[in-house]
Amino acid sequence: MNVELKDIYKTFGAVRANVAINLTIPAGTIQGILGENGAGKSTLMKILSGFFRADKGQILLEGQPVIIQSPADAIKHGIGMLHQDPLDFPPMRVIDDFILGRKGNLPMGQAEAVQDFKKLAEQFSFSLDPETYVDSLTVGERQQLEILRLIWLGARVLIFDEPTTGISAAQKEKLFAALRLLASQGKAVLFVSHKLEDVEGLCSSVAVLRQGVLVGEAKPPYVTKQLVEMMFGKAISVGARNPCGVEKEIVSLSKLSVEDYRLKVRDVSLTVHCGEVIGLAGMEGSGQGLFLRAVGGMTRTVGGKILIDGRDLTGRSYQTFKAHDVAFLPAARLEEGLVPGLNLTEHFILAEEPKGFFINWEKGRLLAQRRISEFNVRGTPANTVESLSGGNQQRALLALLREQLDLLLLEHPTRGLDIESTIYIWSKLKLRCKQGMSIFFVSSDLEEILQYSDRVMVFFSGKVTPPIEAATLTTEKLGELIGGKGWPTKPGEQVSESTSGKGA
Amino acid sequence: MELNTLLVGLAGVLAAAAPVLFAVIGETITERAGIINLSLNGTVLLAAMGGFTIAYKTGSVPLGFLAGMLIGAIVALVIAFSSITLKQSQVAVGFVLALACRDLAYFLGVPVLNQSGPRLPGWSIPVLKDIPVIGTLFFKQDLITYLSYLIIFLAWLWIFHTRPGLMLRGIGERPAAAFVRGANVNRMRYIYTIIGGAIAGLAGPAYSLSVKAGWMGTQSGLDGIGWIALSITIFGGWNPLRAAFGAYLFAFLQWLGLVLQSKLPGIPTQVLQVAPFPLMILTLLLVNISDAEWVSRMLAAMPERTRRALMKLLRALRASPPASLGVPFESE
Repeated sequence: MNVELKDIYKTFGAVRANVAINLTIPAGTIQGILGENGAGKSTLMKILSGFFRADKGQILLEGQPVIIQSPADAIKHGIGMLHQDPLDFPPMRVIDDFILGRKGNLPMGQAEAVQDFKKLAEQFSFSLDPETYVDSLTVGERQQLEILRLIWLGARVLIFDEPTTGISAAQKEKLFAALRLLASQGKAVLFVSHKLEDVEGLCSSVAVLRQGVLVGEAKPPYVTKQLVEMMFGKAISVGARNPCGVEKEIVSLSKLSVEDYRLKVRDVSLTVHCGEVIGLAGMEGSGQGLFLRAVGGMTRTVGGKILIDGRDLTGRSYQTFKAHDVAFLPAARLEEGLVPGLNLTEHFILAEEPKGFFINWEKGRLLAQRRISEFNVRGTPANTVESLSGGNQQRALLALLREQLDLLLLEHPTRGLDIESTIYIWSKLKLRCKQGMSIFFVSSDLEEILQYSDRVMVFFSGKVTPPIEAATLTTEKLGELIGGKGWPTKPGEQVSESTSGKGA
Repeated sequence: MELNTLLVGLAGVLAAAAPVLFAVIGETITERAGIINLSLNGTVLLAAMGGFTIAYKTGSVPLGFLAGMLIGAIVALVIAFSSITLKQSQVAVGFVLALACRDLAYFLGVPVLNQSGPRLPGWSIPVLKDIPVIGTLFFKQDLITYLSYLIIFLAWLWIFHTRPGLMLRGIGERPAAAFVRGANVNRMRYIYTIIGGAIAGLAGPAYSLSVKAGWMGTQSGLDGIGWIALSITIFGGWNPLRAAFGAYLFAFLQWLGLVLQSKLPGIPTQVLQVAPFPLMILTLLLVNISDAEWVSRMLAAMPERTRRALMKLLRALRASPPASLGVPFESE
């Protein structure tokens, strides 16, 4: 279906989210919508999918103007949107989620639905079991479920909002194949992203938004530099690698073993010097998260030793690790890292060493003020943390770190952030590395791993490679290792011995 | 104990469980939509008093039941209006209503206190009543008890096997997603809160016109039933069948306490009276045991087939509340 957006305006209070946007998406194409966080991409897509109504402007489908007042209206017109966090029902069975919202008779009609589901899933070569529960699926699989559901409801225009955030490389390939199939079936596909490589690899045309305005369109072959300039209005360069010169062992692991009920990571030995950055790559849940938490004293280890700055901290609590200048920044910023409901001043007061019974509010406010400007957080000391954008929450978390740190453990430090925030955050981190801090970080973004690590460890269902110099790795090689290819078959040769959890 | 005495006793348990059942099923439906009706205890007392008063004044038992439903629906409407439209705390409003309705029931019930009035006559179902054992157990009751069996099944069928029921679950679970799929979330929440309230309202007359006919004010033995129903709703995992099991288990334990009192004079009566409560808590713990980390650790060590079977069982037992219970919804 051909989609045309004509002269769309939308303001929220003083913020002009969309200004005079004109865009045509012909049937059978994949249209990329590129822009940094807050550029107005999501607003535009939410207007098309019925969440918001435009202040001014028209939506035309096959040349006919339509009025879309709600998401239900949108789907009636054949427009379906797949949200960044799929809007599904985690505790339900896949098939229940699939049926929910479909009009029909009083009985649920499960038998026919299962048939249709299987037929559609086969068409897209998705392997989803209709009887499992949604909360046991990965984000990628939940996206697949949503795609099938929207197609079943008759969607001919599909909007994908940042779909590559939080899914593995293999799932991304599968998703892209599905998107290409959708386009080849004559559907119009809108692909919203801030990731240049995704957009370049997939889209047949790209529109770039900046501060609510459509600043330009591009067709392949794309020139990355030109796209970046359109996105930010200026060229941005990435900082170079700069390892710290001092020879001092910060972390020393000997035969460290960790396990949970699914996974066993065995006998990891590693020495990390000051200023070094160790990237932990692997598909989500391959053991890298478990390992990271073990190094920070948050998971019980089952064997081996952890030495931090020469002191044996094996089996000690996170509090002890913290006292020895180790810090951990979790991926779930609002759930584990920050306290929703408290403002920035209160966070800084909490993060400082507890001294005295009464709170010195004035001192806290000044401290917050200073760190906020130092870390370029867009917000005031009185802002609650949940009112900040993702990038600013991450900056606030960095600002909250103590000045004296030997080791920082990071989970997905830049997930969901745009390029500008990513570069900013890594420049701050690298600065601290220069001052002697070491970093372990988990990321599902291969580029990030290769760009910022000095050495990389790859995890695959509990198996671990020894640290590999990042300079000797390529994206392809890394992708293969993550996918389980290219591992030595004989245990003990190059790769530390390990077993996977199943049936052991 | 002779078999027949036992059967009659157990039949009594089924009848005595009816008020709790109505309250539990009503609350289950309400909470499935994401609204907590905490006024249950007050609702049941006020409906019991109101139902009996209407039946006493008009001489009509059906009118008494209707009055009970109406009272339940009105209290629920207050909850719905204050929480959905005015966006006030459901817990605070519910608590106040629970206390206010209870005192209102005692105050307004003074004129009919200890009066003898009409009651729902027993009615054995022809043919069915002659089935050995089952007949005596299930089919020599009165209409409201039969309705209590039926409502369990109907509520279960609605919630788990119909399209609108699926949407109801969606609304309580993730209203934003339900909205995207075409539900008018707040209107449906109003409707289900009122329907749930009306069903819970039946609990009152089911007591004052059937189980223990008449209005005896603070001596009714009805106070507290609403709170128990609230906990059984949770124990029942928001599933009518499991909730019904909980309600029957509770009535059975209470009956057992009465029976054992005469058989085991060594045990203080207080122990037997209180016993049902810790037993309920214990069951609750067992049901939700799969959430504990050590259980999953233990499971992982088991052979694959045993593990799968056990996982399936535990998954079926596990109950998680509707994720948006008590959370207001706004469509941006």
